[in-house]
Order: sequence, then structure tokens, then C-alpha cells
Amino acid sequence: MAATETAGTTRRDFLYIATGAMGAVGAAALVWPFVSQLQPDASVLALSTTEVDLTSIAEGQMVTVKWRGKPVFVWNRTEKDIAEAKEVQLSALLDPIARNANLAADAPATDENRAGEGHEKWLVVIGICTHLGCVPIGHSGEYDGWFCPCHGSEYDTAGRVRRGPAPTNLDIPPYQFVSDTKISIG
Amino acid sequence: MSGHSTFEPKHPALKWFESRLPLVGLIHSSFVAYPTPRNLNYWWTFGGILSLMLVCQIVSGVVLVMHYTPHITLAFDSVEHIMRDVSYGWLIRYIHSNGASMFFIAVYIHMFRGLYYGSYKAPREVLWILGCIIYLLMMATAFMGYVLPWGQMSFWGATVITNLFSAFPVVGPTIVEWLWGGFSVDNATLNRFFSLHYLLPFMIAGVVVLHVWALHVVGQNNPTGVEPKSPKDTVPFTPYATIKDGFGMVCFLIFFAWFLFYIPNYLGHADNYIPANPLVTPAHIVPEWYYLPFYAMLRAVPDKLGGVLTMFGAIIVLFFVPWLDTSKVRSGVYRPLFKQFFWIWVAVCIGLGWLGAKPAEGGYVIAGRILTIYYFAHFLIILPLLGLFEKPKAVPASITEAVLGKNRGAAPASAGVSAPQTKG
Repeated sequence: MAATETAGTTRRDFLYIATGAMGAVGAAALVWPFVSQLQPDASVLALSTTEVDLTSIAEGQMVTVKWRGKPVFVWNRTEKDIAEAKEVQLSALLDPIARNANLAADAPATDENRAGEGHEKWLVVIGICTHLGCVPIGHSGEYDGWFCPCHGSEYDTAGRVRRGPAPTNLDIPPYQFVSDTKISIG
Repeated sequence: MSGHSTFEPKHPALKWFESRLPLVGLIHSSFVAYPTPRNLNYWWTFGGILSLMLVCQIVSGVVLVMHYTPHITLAFDSVEHIMRDVSYGWLIRYIHSNGASMFFIAVYIHMFRGLYYGSYKAPREVLWILGCIIYLLMMATAFMGYVLPWGQMSFWGATVITNLFSAFPVVGPTIVEWLWGGFSVDNATLNRFFSLHYLLPFMIAGVVVLHVWALHVVGQNNPTGVEPKSPKDTVPFTPYATIKDGFGMVCFLIFFAWFLFYIPNYLGHADNYIPANPLVTPAHIVPEWYYLPFYAMLRAVPDKLGGVLTMFGAIIVLFFVPWLDTSKVRSGVYRPLFKQFFWIWVAVCIGLGWLGAKPAEGGYVIAGRILTIYYFAHFLIILPLLGLFEKPKAVPASITEAVLGKNRGAAPASAGVSAPQTKG
């Protein structure tokens, strides 16, 4: 055996490295299931779509539905609310991006881009303050939209942040109008 | 822990730390420089394998708890949820349930090894008793874990085992009510078993630390039963024992993986995939395989209290083995008669296990009685008398002599064996 060994690398060096590499592959393969089990399981993924019937929401009324465990505000806005939102210049906004999952990532935060497509009286936003995750209170604050009780962020009638500390507008979840009176979120 | 650490830190930061907490030195002296007898065979790798299994059970168990719900209306479904919905949940649950069986296979081999080579004899009595305590804790832990899936076997196993305590006069029924937290096995029982099933493995880990501590104080036994007398009789733990233990673990894990991936339900019972029903007992109820010998003893005695005492006695007697064995010779290798009786006793244990899985009727009960009597006779009659009447073979003067033969034992050992020798 010694005859096959050279001063540089030996047969034993090769065996050490091959064994170590095999051991590392095995350890990684063993660790993966224990990491993978942390992700949302099949029963959670199965609940990722929520349908909302709009006929029962009167004009001016705001309802909260649950989607993926989060509150989603569905607001049947009045003419006054819409007009108020349309008056605002983009330059007056803290966050000029629409944050609408159904549009391009850089779409501007106009009321058209915030409201439902072809259904401008409907506003659908995720009811979680973009500051630190509290649920803002509707129909309140200086801008007639939402006021967050935790740290005083205020949102307007298009769900756009108008006073900090929240950094971005309320997110709009992916959703579509299944019919004129029904939306499907997720 | 035995002898001084030969660890001398070079790096200034490590020196600074070592002078304040000699942790690396402790690890070095316990698992690197620690002298192990040079003649340890593969039966000695099961201590390491058991440590590995304890870690395996704790890690997989902690993960299962992330997905399990300990409530009678949800427990069964949450286990099925783990099997179907959770990513790799099936794998982790099968690791845990088969891991329990592997743990017991390893502990039984470890115990048979200790009994064959006399590892319980002075000065290792405390080491042996700590091991018996670990075994008891393992049985309690495994029993409570089996209740958690809340299937038919879980429920009726819990009912039968807790009812064992009702055999004790006067206090029995009260003890059982307190175990249950009610008047039958119910939600309160499930919750407390869940709590204790999480606690006990950490108690096992604590006693394992004491077990290893005691081992490192008195040193390992070896197949000759002769204590190491010179540095030539030992080799450093690393690389010799670590590599040998590592190889043993890999082989054991292959065996484990065979069950895990090909026959994951072989050691379980189909009835436990039926949700618990407090109104109907399954027709054929047996405990998990690792309790079967004790279950056979319980059924062999035609008296409730007597059966329970016999069953517990079968384990209690193990605590007294260091004093029941009167032989001066430690290892079974040099005890021709003991060797034969040892293997008869092993066969009796396996026979009891086989009988435990059979229905309690006719010839099975009679056979169970004979084997139960023999089990106790081995400890209470054969072991004490053997020491008095047996004529042991000549014991070698040293481990090295046993390994290399009488002539070479005194000569310097070959370079390959003694080169990395360090003082322990």
C-alpha cells in the first residue's frame, strides 16, 4: 500500500475527503426535511382564496373579510370619497406607487390604479398598517380613510398613506371581479 | 474527567476563555484524549448509537410538536395532518415512531452487552444503576408518546397500563384517578401525558450526562474484564473510538433507514389508525414490541396484584445485579458456565417477548409461567450460585496480553497501534 503513496497526496487523503464529502451530502439531505417542514403546509395553502359577495355591502359601508389569516377591507365608496381621492396630486403623496398586486410594480398611485378595475367605487385593500402590522380603524383620521391606533399613521379614501410613520400605501391583494357583484381574492 | 487534560490552547483568545471556563479542555479530555481500552469490540459502539438516537428523538419530536394538537377531538386528525399536509411530515413522524423502536433495539443490545461482560460489577455499580434509571425513563416516555396519536391502541394501551396501578391495595384506585385527572382516560390524561412526554426526554438527557460522567470516572469495561494497567492497554478516544463508533452509527442508521423507508408501519399496529373509541376495545390488544416480555409476565400470574408486582420486579431486579452476581471474574468470556446460562436467559427473554404477542390462553400461559420463573431464577438463584461453584478459565494478565498473546504482550507494540498514544 505504501508503494502507491506519494509525498504530496496520499490514498488516505483521498479517502478522508471522499468520506467527508459524502457525509456532508448526507447531512444536508437530512437537514432539508427539517427546514422544509417550516413552510406553509397543504392545509394552509388550500385556504389561499376568499370570495366576497358585494350585494350585501351598502354604499359607504366598509366590511372586513379574512384572506390568508389577514384582514382585507372591502369598501363601497361614496361619490364624495371618490372625488376626494381623485383631487389629490401625486406629488402630495408620501408613497407615489400604487402597491396594487394586479398592476405593474411601478404603477403610479392614482385613484384609478387603486380602485377596482372598471368598478371605481370599490376599494379592496389589505387591512394591515404598513408600519408595524396593526389593523387601522376605518372612516377616521384627517383624510377620511383609516387611522392606525398604534402609531398614528393616516390613510386617505384610496388607502394611500398621508401621514407617517407608515412608509407605504395599504397593499392591494391580488383579486378579480368574478361578476359585477362578486370578487375573488387570492 | 479521569486524569488531566492534555489540552493546551495556543490561540490567545482561546487561552483567555479556557482560563475562565475550561470547556474545550473538558471536551478534549472526555472525547479526544480519553483513554479507551484497545480491545473494545463493536458491542461497545451502542452507547454512542444510543446518544445519537436520543438526539434523533428529541429533534424529530420537537418538530412534530410544531404541528400536533394535544386535544381528544383534534389529536388523531393532527397526526394525519402531519402525514398528509406538512412538508416531509410523513418522514419526520416515521423517524420518530420507528426511532423509538430503534432506541429500544439499541438499549437492549447495550444491556445484554453489559450483562455478558460484567460491566455492572465493582466499581461500576452506580454506572449500571444510572443506566437502569435511563431504561425506566425510556419506557415511561415511550408509553406516553404512544398515547398521543389518540388511536384505538393509544387509548386502550393508556387504559390498561394506568389500570396496573389500581392493583395496589387501598391507594390504587385513587392513584389511577389522579393519573387520569378524571374517571377514565380522557382529555386531561392526554394533556398531562403530552406534557410529560416532552419533559422526560430531557430528564433522560440529564441522567445520560451522569451516566457518561460515571463512566469516565471508573473507565470503560472491555471484553476481557481486566482493567487497563499500562498506557499500552489503551488508545486515545479520538481517532480510535470516534471512528469505530461513527462506523457503528452508520451501519445502525442503514438498518434504521430500512424500516423507515420500506416498512415504516411494520412495528406498529393497524388498529392505531382507528380513532380512539372509549366505548369499544379492539379484539386483540398488545403493547409495543419492546414491552412484550413484561406483558407476558403480567399475564402469567393469575392474580392482579401479583402480576403487576412480577412485572415491575422484572425491572427492579436489574438494579441489584451487581450484588446478585457473586463471581470474582468480571467478563463472561472466562466463565464457561455463566456463558451458557447467559444465552439461555437471552432466549428466555426473547421467548417471553414472543409469548407476549400471543393470546393469553392455553399453552401460551403455561409457557409464560415457566419462562417467567426462569427469568427470576436466573438472577435470584443461578447468578449467586454460579459465583460459588463455577471454575473460571484463566484471565489474561493484561488487555495487551489478551490482544497480542503472551509472548508479544511484553514486547513493544507495533508502530501503527501505539503511535498516537497520549497519556490519559
